[in-house]
Amino acid sequence: MKIVACIKQVPDSAAKVVAQDGQVSWGDAPLVINPWDEFAVEAALQQKEAHGGEVIAVSMGGESAKEALKHALAMGCDSAILVSDPALAGVDTQGTAKVLAAAIQKVGGVDLAFFGRQAIDGDAGITPAQTARVLGWPMLGLSAVIKVDGGKVTVERSIEEGRQTVSAEAPAVLSVVKDFGEPRYPSFMGIRKASRADIPAWTLADLGISAPAPVVAWPELMNPPSREVACEFITGGSPAEIAEKLADKIIAEKVL
Amino acid sequence: MDFSLSEEHKMAQKMVRDFAQKEVAPVIKEYDRKQEPIPWVLERMGELGILGICFPVKYGGQGMDYISLGLACEELEAVDTTLRVAMSVHTGLCGMTIFQWGTEKQKQEFLVPLAKGEKIGCGAFTEPGMGSDVAGMRTSAKRDSDVYILNGEKMWISLASKADLALVTAVTNPEAKRPSQRLSSFVVDLHSPGVTRGDLHGKLGVRAGSTGWINFQDVKVPVENRIGEEGEGFKITMSAFDSGRYTVGSGATGLVRAALEASVKYAKDRSAFGKPISEYQMIQQKIAKMLQDYEIARLLYLQVGWMKNEGRRSTLQTSYCKKFATEASFEAAHEAIQIHGAYGFSDEYDVERYLRNSRGAIIYEGSSEIQNIIQAGYALGERKDTPLRREMPAYDEKEWQG
Ligand SMILES: Cc1cc2nc3c(=O)[nH]c(=O)nc-3n(C[C@H](O)[C@H](O)[C@H](O)COP(=O)(O)OP(=O)(O)OC[C@H]3O[C@@H](n4cnc5c(N)ncnc54)[C@H](O)[C@@H]3O)c2cc1C
Repeated sequence: MKIVACIKQVPDSAAKVVAQDGQVSWGDAPLVINPWDEFAVEAALQQKEAHGGEVIAVSMGGESAKEALKHALAMGCDSAILVSDPALAGVDTQGTAKVLAAAIQKVGGVDLAFFGRQAIDGDAGITPAQTARVLGWPMLGLSAVIKVDGGKVTVERSIEEGRQTVSAEAPAVLSVVKDFGEPRYPSFMGIRKASRADIPAWTLADLGISAPAPVVAWPELMNPPSREVACEFITGGSPAEIAEKLADKIIAEKVL
Repeated sequence: MDFSLSEEHKMAQKMVRDFAQKEVAPVIKEYDRKQEPIPWVLERMGELGILGICFPVKYGGQGMDYISLGLACEELEAVDTTLRVAMSVHTGLCGMTIFQWGTEKQKQEFLVPLAKGEKIGCGAFTEPGMGSDVAGMRTSAKRDSDVYILNGEKMWISLASKADLALVTAVTNPEAKRPSQRLSSFVVDLHSPGVTRGDLHGKLGVRAGSTGWINFQDVKVPVENRIGEEGEGFKITMSAFDSGRYTVGSGATGLVRAALEASVKYAKDRSAFGKPISEYQMIQQKIAKMLQDYEIARLLYLQVGWMKNEGRRSTLQTSYCKKFATEASFEAAHEAIQIHGAYGFSDEYDVERYLRNSRGAIIYEGSSEIQNIIQAGYALGERKDTPLRREMPAYDEKEWQG
């Protein structure tokens, strides 16, 4: 089975994001593999372990995104490809989907393409579905349990109402949620392989496509309004008395 | 001179950090309070390859270098000292000593399962009546045709109740002219008849770790389990300390870092007299000292890691690293408590555990006084590194990863 795991490099989840002059800034936060994408890599590796084949990690991004790809290699992916082109600066999710779909097609013979449920920087969560649409493949989103039997993929989707079982014929695009199970750590052997890996960088010319024009623009960005917080200690002789005062206060302030 | 870490080093460091922070940090307080080892932790460290990080792949290890071992110890002790203690005794005292002094057959038999984490090892030198004065130990090993009969008691042994194998040093020749020639070292299967053992409780620190006693009563140890020649036990034990002390020093560096990070965070959050206490120079001075000590300790252990990679003897440099880092970690934890005020005195925060955990390392694997004696010995020209019959192998990337 030939499996692609699409991953993105994002600022560390501990980073503080601020809007500055209409631009989004994470300061000098370290860049890491998008945490959701680690679940995608884990799911891809488990399919490879169950059915044989190979896992290819693909990322669209700048040169630094090779670090995220190396993390995927260290987890056990067989190879990695960076798609990088100056013309891709400022591309939207639809453009990203076109580029990733072209890369998946260039890899050739791919059975399954795995994605994380969303990226923690943009939080759009639609790139997997858009990629599926460009490819013309079925989309199995929010997968928590994945079974592949012959050409048929069956997943349990983790949705608010509970679980939903859906199936489709491969090739298919899957997005993976946290319920799938903890992603593995890189192994030392994987770390050695990753640190020596020569990761090819494909340009738009290599993919044979031109820079996709963005259809969604970011005209403005703002910080959430800062809230005034006042702290008041409610005291009293006994827990019951404190609770009573608190309840009165909550009713008076119309919190409930 | 190149002070940068390789990409491989950084990824290994991050992997060990992620493990310790994600899996151990959330539960460590609970086990420390209960004075119980985390039941799954050794198995998990073995499975992830951490316990065998610095052994060649052909001996079941991960083929990483000695610097990676130090980095791993720093990350482990930044979360809890007991994790690093496992590296000191399983990987350092036991595994690395077999790697240095063992025959090929012994490495296959004993090192491979240790490196894979299938068996747990420890180092048993200290006795109820003797610690620093290694040559003065009493446990005896009497040769009886193809076995040695082991009798005596070892005390204060880390992982005593968890280990499958112990590197044990005992007296084989009480009549030898030089006290150091009285000793020999053995790999002892702790599941052998005649071995009894147990854990000590009421310890000041490393409460989530096993520290105990091992008693030997007419325990038969096959001659093939003797590491090195008869009479080489003192040298072998000193080699074991060269490995173990490196892990203690690099680990204590992680404890300095943990105290520093906790202090910075708290000092920024806590206000007194109308501003964050981080703005007071007296607090800044404490934090600056921790940062400086962290950097010194880190450079000292990386130097040792580099020397080990090169196959150079580093007894003196390891002594600097061990003494400096362990004392610095105690001071850093003490000042971190001061910065936390009354909250630092409570186990609601981690810094009181740091202080309790830091204290033992100033005693074990050669107390600070013993490190002073070693250093003064070199300074005064009374101590020189003479070649050993078996030196610690230099790191050879090709061979180790082959
Ligand atoms: C948590 C913990 C874990 C341990 N784990 C292990 C283990 O895994 N394996 C193992 O074999 N041992 C272990 N030990 C034992 C440890 O190595 C010894 O405690 C240490 O070697 C000191 O020996 P001692 O306690 O007998 O002190 P002693 O040797 O009796 O020393 C008492 C004091 O006198 C000082 N002193 C001794 N000689 C001199 C001198 N010549 N000049 C000046 N001062 C001197 C010492 O520095 C110390 O301050 C552990 C100890 C602890 C606390």
